Amino acid sequence: MIEAHGLTRTFSSGGLPLEVLRGVELEISAGEFVAVAGPSGSGKTTLLGLLAGLDRPTAGRVIIDGQDLDALTEDERARFRVNRIGFVFQTFHLLPALTALENVLVPLELAGRAADGRRTDSGPRAASKRASALLDRVGLGDRAHHYPVQLSGGERQRVSLARAFANRPRILFADEPTGNLDRETGARVAKLLERLNRDAGTTLVLVTHDGELAGRADRILRLEGGRIVEKAPRAVG
Amino acid sequence: MDAFPLRMARRQWRATLRRLGVYMTSITVGVAALVALHSFRDDVVRSIQAENRTLLGGDVRIGANRPLPDSVMTIVDSLVANGAEAARVTGLLSMALAEENGRTRLVQLRGVEPGFPYHGRVTTDPPGLWGALARGAVLVDPALMAQMNIGAGDVLRLGSADFVVAGTVVGLPTDVGLQTATGPRVFVAHERLQATGLLGMGSLSRHNVYLRLPDGADPDEIEEEHEAVLRATRVSFRTPEEHARSLTRSTDFLADYLGLIGLAALLLGGIGVGSAVNVFVRANFTSIAVLRCLGATRRQVFATYVLQSVWMGFLGSVLGVVAGLVVQRLLPLLIRDVLPVEVQSSISPGAVAFGLALGTWVAFIFALMPLLEVRHVSPLQTLRVVAEGVGRRDRDRIAAIAALGATVLALTLFEAPSPEAGFAFAGGLTVITGLLWCVAAGLARGTRRFFPRRLGYPVRQGVANLFRPGNQTVAVTLALGFGVLVVGVIAQLQRNLARELSLERGAGATNMVLFDIQPDQEAAVEALLGRYAVGAPEVAPMVTARVAALNGRPVTDILADSLDERRPERWTLRREYRNTYRAELKESEAVVAGEWWDGRDTQRREPGRVSVEEELADDLGVGVGDGITWMVGGTEIRTVVASLRSVDWARLDTNFFVVFEPGVLEELPRTSIMLASVPADDDRARFQEALVRDHPNVTVLDLATIRQTVEAVLSRVVAAIRILAGLCTAAGLIVMAGSIASTRAQRRREGALLRTLGARPGQVRRILLSEYVALGALAGLAGGVLAIGAGWLLTVRLFGLEYQPALGVATLIWVAVVVLTVLAGVASGRGSGGGTPLQVLRAEVD
Repeated sequence: MIEAHGLTRTFSSGGLPLEVLRGVELEISAGEFVAVAGPSGSGKTTLLGLLAGLDRPTAGRVIIDGQDLDALTEDERARFRVNRIGFVFQTFHLLPALTALENVLVPLELAGRAADGRRTDSGPRAASKRASALLDRVGLGDRAHHYPVQLSGGERQRVSLARAFANRPRILFADEPTGNLDRETGARVAKLLERLNRDAGTTLVLVTHDGELAGRADRILRLEGGRIVEKAPRAVG
Repeated sequence: MDAFPLRMARRQWRATLRRLGVYMTSITVGVAALVALHSFRDDVVRSIQAENRTLLGGDVRIGANRPLPDSVMTIVDSLVANGAEAARVTGLLSMALAEENGRTRLVQLRGVEPGFPYHGRVTTDPPGLWGALARGAVLVDPALMAQMNIGAGDVLRLGSADFVVAGTVVGLPTDVGLQTATGPRVFVAHERLQATGLLGMGSLSRHNVYLRLPDGADPDEIEEEHEAVLRATRVSFRTPEEHARSLTRSTDFLADYLGLIGLAALLLGGIGVGSAVNVFVRANFTSIAVLRCLGATRRQVFATYVLQSVWMGFLGSVLGVVAGLVVQRLLPLLIRDVLPVEVQSSISPGAVAFGLALGTWVAFIFALMPLLEVRHVSPLQTLRVVAEGVGRRDRDRIAAIAALGATVLALTLFEAPSPEAGFAFAGGLTVITGLLWCVAAGLARGTRRFFPRRLGYPVRQGVANLFRPGNQTVAVTLALGFGVLVVGVIAQLQRNLARELSLERGAGATNMVLFDIQPDQEAAVEALLGRYAVGAPEVAPMVTARVAALNGRPVTDILADSLDERRPERWTLRREYRNTYRAELKESEAVVAGEWWDGRDTQRREPGRVSVEEELADDLGVGVGDGITWMVGGTEIRTVVASLRSVDWARLDTNFFVVFEPGVLEELPRTSIMLASVPADDDRARFQEALVRDHPNVTVLDLATIRQTVEAVLSRVVAAIRILAGLCTAAGLIVMAGSIASTRAQRRREGALLRTLGARPGQVRRILLSEYVALGALAGLAGGVLAIGAGWLLTVRLFGLEYQPALGVATLIWVAVVVLTVLAGVASGRGSGGGTPLQVLRAEVD
């Protein structure tokens, strides 16, 4: 499902090359729940960016569903993401100018005309219905017309989850989804994420510091100094 | 079409409007100015064309500055025989004397035949008197009644005849605008003119015949039919259409130049939009990255933001059109005196469409540069901060810059009265923008370099804000500098022109011009002047002549030859020349080619020598050594061009186009001109009374009176220019306020952070205050210096006057700008010192 071979990413920092990832090899199967863990600066976020096609590796390849991401242009990768990949971010990244419902609608509308130019959804009414249903599922049916600034942190992350699942993505990337929430709220959001993931059968790649959250994963990839040092199934972090 | 950008743009619109609403209005001002001017011009043209026959007074006007020759009168008679009606109107300048109180005034005397005007109505007080002219009534301008303190039933002496005034002419549709500037009008029956004895030789008279044509007759066909005679006799033939066109020329001229000011306001608004969109796009980088992350293509995201900018420009333009239509209705009230007709305002679809399209396009083209950045926002930005500066020099960027430049140039060429003026304006605009840009960049760099380290913390922090990332120094400097420049230049020009006028008014300056003094009157008039005038009057003999031939070739031949590309300008062959003769060159003249004659040499030559003014020589197509044959009365005088002169026409002096050497014209019929200075108002009145009683044919121009009339009209025009300059300044202030407001969020956050770190609200306010004082002072100074430079350029180069910088006004404007900047800053920074820091920081999280 997701393969990475010899994945290397070098940044230049103050004129000196800084190697953040050094030849990462990994394979994630369909439906698997993988947590990426490791100390600050170990390259977790960089790895996530590369796997999702948001960035290009200095060397190595990422292959998703048999498609080599490096062979695609920026815009082709964007279209590739629309129907296959969902995102959840640490700082939620809701569009502040849009209501909760409109935020969930964005990926649905983007998919309205997908990579091959074929309409994949049956129009604005169906999209709106699906977005409402998703907000209901995350328990925010009554807050559909609120703006992000009117929502609490936990509520924002739940909207963000609804948005991530909008297009029934086959893969979901989550970057510290509970990092900005208090413990209790974080636990609730994590539970919701797990449930949605299970229901949809999505492949979940999750970057986290939270040992408890990582502990629920099928497998933990531990990164240190730009390398995967451990692939522990169900390790307790 | 892909519907996603449209939907996104629509949803984000409310938030965009909140952030960028102020900027919309910077486009508004420029659009308003242009719509107002274009609509107003359309109104004037339409109003004049609708009234063209009324304005002319007939279907045709035939006229010359001398009695119409028999050949032309034969044409008139033949037209009358074929069903046309004709009325003669003869006008001349004359002194009028009120017998009861001895007051005098230069008037325009008109002898009118029944029938005139054939279109439109003349209103009189008491009503219905116009028809009574033929029965011997005399009508005058209301102004004359007031100026001479006379009423109906009083007696006016004109030349050697007495007239009893019957009433006043309130409205004569053919006399419009500045036509009464030389003097109020007196209307009498045409046959009574002869009795005044003023129609003699040398008088400044105008002879017109107005025609009403039978139905179906075409004035243009008649003109074509008789072209040969009209050309040979050099008589003008005017149709209503031609007349209307000549009347709109002055408003066209005004509108053209004011249009450029409006355009400057619009471009300033464009800079404002560019600057705002820049801040807006930067603030939206994360949102853009999220959209990219969720799968939006670069094109989709770019289109989303372009649509918002275009929509913003469109709404701003709609507001501008509405404001422009209001101004359009105010303009006629303001400059009514210089307009030939009552202007009816109506909505001009062309001007409205132009305003909407132009405003939207300018907003788009100025927003394009920052919008191009949108395409370079990486989706990775959702996960971490990405270094900027990707693809700075791509091809699209260069294309955007080129499109911007082409837009500015196309617009200036479109608005300017001539391509030269357009290029000059575009060039000037580029230079000014470049200079202000340099000042702004220098400002940011200079404050960093010469940082006021010794001053207190708030001042240091405030000044540091001028060069911090995301600063608005350039936009604010451009906006303020431009506004100060426009207001400053107008103030500088006004001061210098006013000073020049008051200088001319000083004691000893010429303020009376006497025309038509016959040779036998010279001694007596000079003696009379001796009693009132300061110094001896300047006397110049004047001989009226026409050009009969150039280098032996008759003028009629030259005029008939339409193929000769080097043919002299028509006016130079048709006009009546008032020539003089003298031995010496005057101070206001300089010989530029050939040689001036020796004044002591009294030997008579054949042909006689003349000196021609250089620009006339150019239009006549003559140089030193060429022959000019003159027709004086019935006598042909052959001359040769001995020299070309440059003449400073701005000096009030007896200057002439053509000067003869002494000994050629002396024996021919001539009159004299005298220039004199009579400083006291009482003396001028007494002198004029005595002059008119003894020498009724002599015409006096009292320059003080004329100047008052001209100044009154000019002040209205200046008021109109001020309104537009005001618009320009308003645009500058709005752009400035907008630039400052666009960084409001950043300021609030910084204020909150500073307070979290222990700064007191007062300190935060002082930081802002020092930033805006520094910004306003430096931008105002740059604009002020440019204004003084431009003022010098215009005063010396355009008006040919001496320049003295009006530093007082400049300082005043400068202080006002600093105050306004601080006010705008304080208003937009409201809240950066108040509220708890936590509230602010919380609100900013998302």
